[in-house]
Amino acid sequence: MKMPAPNPDVLSRRSETIEKLRQIVPGEGVIVDEEELRAYECDGLMAYRQLPMVVVLPQTTEQISKVLQYCNANDVKIVPRGAGTGLSGGALPLADGVTIGLGKFNRILEVDFENRCIVAQPGVTNMAITQAVEDQGFYYAPDPSSRIACSIGGNVAENAGGMHCLKYGLTTNNLLGLEMVLMSGEVVRLGGKHLDAGHYDLMGVVTGSEGLLGVITEVTVRILQRPAVQRAVLLGFDSIEQGGDCVADIIAGGIVPGAMEMMDRMAIDAMERFVHSGYPLDVESLLIVELDGPEAEVDYLLERVGKIAKDAGSTFMRISENEAERQMFWQGRMSAFPSVGRISPDYLTMDGTIPRHRLPEVLAEMTKMSETYGLRVANVFHAGDGNLHPLILFDANKQGELEKAETFGAEILKLCVRVGGVLSGEHGIGVEKRDLMVEMFSEADLDQQQRLKCAFDPEGLLNPGKVYPTLKRCAEMGWMHVKADKLPFSDIPRF
Amino acid sequence: MAQILNPTDEAELRELIASANSANTPLEIIGHATKRGLGHPVAADVSVDMQAFSAITLYEPEELVLSAKAGTPISEISSALGAQNQMLAFEPWDPAFLLGQKPASGTIGGTFMAGLAGPRRPGAGAARDNLLGVNAINGQGEIFKTGGRVVKNVSGFDLPKLIAGSFGTLAIATELTFKVLPRPEKARTLLIFGLNALEGGRAMRIALTSPHEVSATAHLPQSAAALAQVEFVRGAGTSVTAIRVEGPGPSVSVRIKALRELLSTFGDIEELHTENSIRLWSEIRDVQVLTHNPDKQVWRISVAPTDGPRLANWAESNIGADALLDWGGGLLWLALDATPDAHASDVRGAISSLGGHATLVRATADVRARVDVFQPFVGALAGLTARVKYAFDPNGILNPGRMAHQDRAGGLNGNPL
Repeated sequence: MKMPAPNPDVLSRRSETIEKLRQIVPGEGVIVDEEELRAYECDGLMAYRQLPMVVVLPQTTEQISKVLQYCNANDVKIVPRGAGTGLSGGALPLADGVTIGLGKFNRILEVDFENRCIVAQPGVTNMAITQAVEDQGFYYAPDPSSRIACSIGGNVAENAGGMHCLKYGLTTNNLLGLEMVLMSGEVVRLGGKHLDAGHYDLMGVVTGSEGLLGVITEVTVRILQRPAVQRAVLLGFDSIEQGGDCVADIIAGGIVPGAMEMMDRMAIDAMERFVHSGYPLDVESLLIVELDGPEAEVDYLLERVGKIAKDAGSTFMRISENEAERQMFWQGRMSAFPSVGRISPDYLTMDGTIPRHRLPEVLAEMTKMSETYGLRVANVFHAGDGNLHPLILFDANKQGELEKAETFGAEILKLCVRVGGVLSGEHGIGVEKRDLMVEMFSEADLDQQQRLKCAFDPEGLLNPGKVYPTLKRCAEMGWMHVKADKLPFSDIPRF
Repeated sequence: MAQILNPTDEAELRELIASANSANTPLEIIGHATKRGLGHPVAADVSVDMQAFSAITLYEPEELVLSAKAGTPISEISSALGAQNQMLAFEPWDPAFLLGQKPASGTIGGTFMAGLAGPRRPGAGAARDNLLGVNAINGQGEIFKTGGRVVKNVSGFDLPKLIAGSFGTLAIATELTFKVLPRPEKARTLLIFGLNALEGGRAMRIALTSPHEVSATAHLPQSAAALAQVEFVRGAGTSVTAIRVEGPGPSVSVRIKALRELLSTFGDIEELHTENSIRLWSEIRDVQVLTHNPDKQVWRISVAPTDGPRLANWAESNIGADALLDWGGGLLWLALDATPDAHASDVRGAISSLGGHATLVRATADVRARVDVFQPFVGALAGLTARVKYAFDPNGILNPGRMAHQDRAGGLNGNPL
């Protein structure tokens, strides 16, 4: 993976930069020792590592503003970092860059039940948002598997999803407001406790922008009342096709379940051996369908789902009879990664999304690839929204196996794009999938996206080398030098 | 003399924009031209009519996704969805009643570009939440696509969010892909009578914070209730607070019963069943119950739900407004006697300390040319927004002026952007 060449001039000014940063963030907020920098050398994508030039841990928006302003004026790159749990390398440091850690932004600022929202600093964990409101029966809907550790700011940067996206949406659908600092040091507020933007939906485009557009310093998200009843049903099938048909039939029947997960035989085996959730071991595909809402609705829908499953040829059905059992059903699925970790020394987690009905052919193709590469693959699938997580099993100690696994992974993602899907459903592009962007987008498509980046960061200093395979200077794309707010032809109305 | 161009395919459209860009010729982009009254008047002598771009190109009900060319009539989309018992989740409001147009006219492109979202918005998202992918042409005549056809997608910047609600000022969409949802089996609406705006706001918030999955809440002051077609509402002789529950039959019955108990302290409660419920909510959605006086100026204001009722009270007593509250109090419609500045300083002054935004939805073209239709920017947002526009349309040829700001203090270096 080729990263932008470090700027020797910036490297030569390292001590000057450190001194300036120490003036802005006093105390122990500036980290420079190699030993301590080591903790920041990678995020959840551990195959890529790089020591940052400096790490700064600011405590106020004003400090971030000053840091960015200084770096912008002095050609120093910035890498924003939340909890460092991202799986695509979005927080991978740059050798000539300052990593800004948001860990000290860890306070919940306001809980507003009447307006059904919560205002938090970006370093608060996803789980802590729910914990702050659950005594009143509320929760925060997006639930990525890493929710105990991942930060809400990072969730915004990656537009994190989880198990319940079909019914409750992703981060972008649950976000009400943001405060962020632009690379220029300017602070902007987008949204708030109200709905929608009064002009362009800038918050919408900042969400999922992987730290390329600004540094988020405050987040307002909506909270929901926990459904009265949640029940899950396990449905086993003799083939992937039957499982896939059942998913399509449930949705075509007008039912939008709270969650709908599917896994293939290898995943079922790995999870069941690890967790003992009661999964059948003699099926080719297993669905967990969760229905939530008032008891009467859940009972009614369970009956309908049971009938649809039977018609689709299910050979196994078990409905959770109590909360403990429901939790048990989920435990296996929630432990997908460690389960697979037990049967293989290493694994790569992929994250494509496909139109649901292409699942059987995608899995069949993947089985063929698995034979070609000589690597096993286990599949877990957010079946409701088409988000596929193939886990490629390999052994990094074997010569060339990591590279083989990566090539296999890239082939899978290309396949996802070929059938009408996308490269990433919820983990982001980062550095991991950066060079695959050309599989999904033409040069003109990518140019338009990069021109938008110029509007936020004309010097290209915010998290360069991520998401976009070719670094283009804004001027190359026809971007005129914009000084302060002055644009060419500013005397004519533009919107 | 206004000239209308009728490109028939993407290549022709691309060429047309590229040459307009070279010649610095401003273009107005239209579908059925039913929403010209929204936004500022466009400063262009040439209109590009998108009606030839009309077809549903993909509809997979079991995948909950539909793609259509931008000029496809909204009525055609609705019929196709209806035949499969599905719908647009964001329940787009139809501005036809307010703007004196034929009901149910307009295109799918116009619906997304104007970001029209109705009573279901708080739970089901806005237009932007449902737009998954767009094929478009920017102001330099470059064809680009963004997003995809799947709900979960973090592959590059989410430009569809930006394009939804941009009134054609960033790019011309040629084809849109969006999420659709099953239609609920049943709908029922609880009516609570005689509450003032503050009490109505409280009742709505109690309903919304309950686990009974309320799909819409609105408060109609007496003046609004009197304009309703649904007899129960019109004949009430007092204000009406409406709370809608949708879903499978057995679930709706149980939730309605629970809500009746929960809200019993608020006084008399009546119920509307499916047909009447649908009728009432279409009248609320399309703002038919705010005023029947075509000369009134109309504002649409989005604030925190607790602020809406207080703002409604203030507007009724201080500037003589008729008010209508939707979104649990978070959306406030105001109808006011026409003045040259459309009460802009009063309205914006009232929300300035609250946060939120006010849009002037109905006023004559000369008023909309003078007054900020959209919420003026604060601080660095002005420059950022101008640069975003520049990133798509550097010469400002797409719908110039449509979302412009006239407020000199809030503009760029004193220039009317």
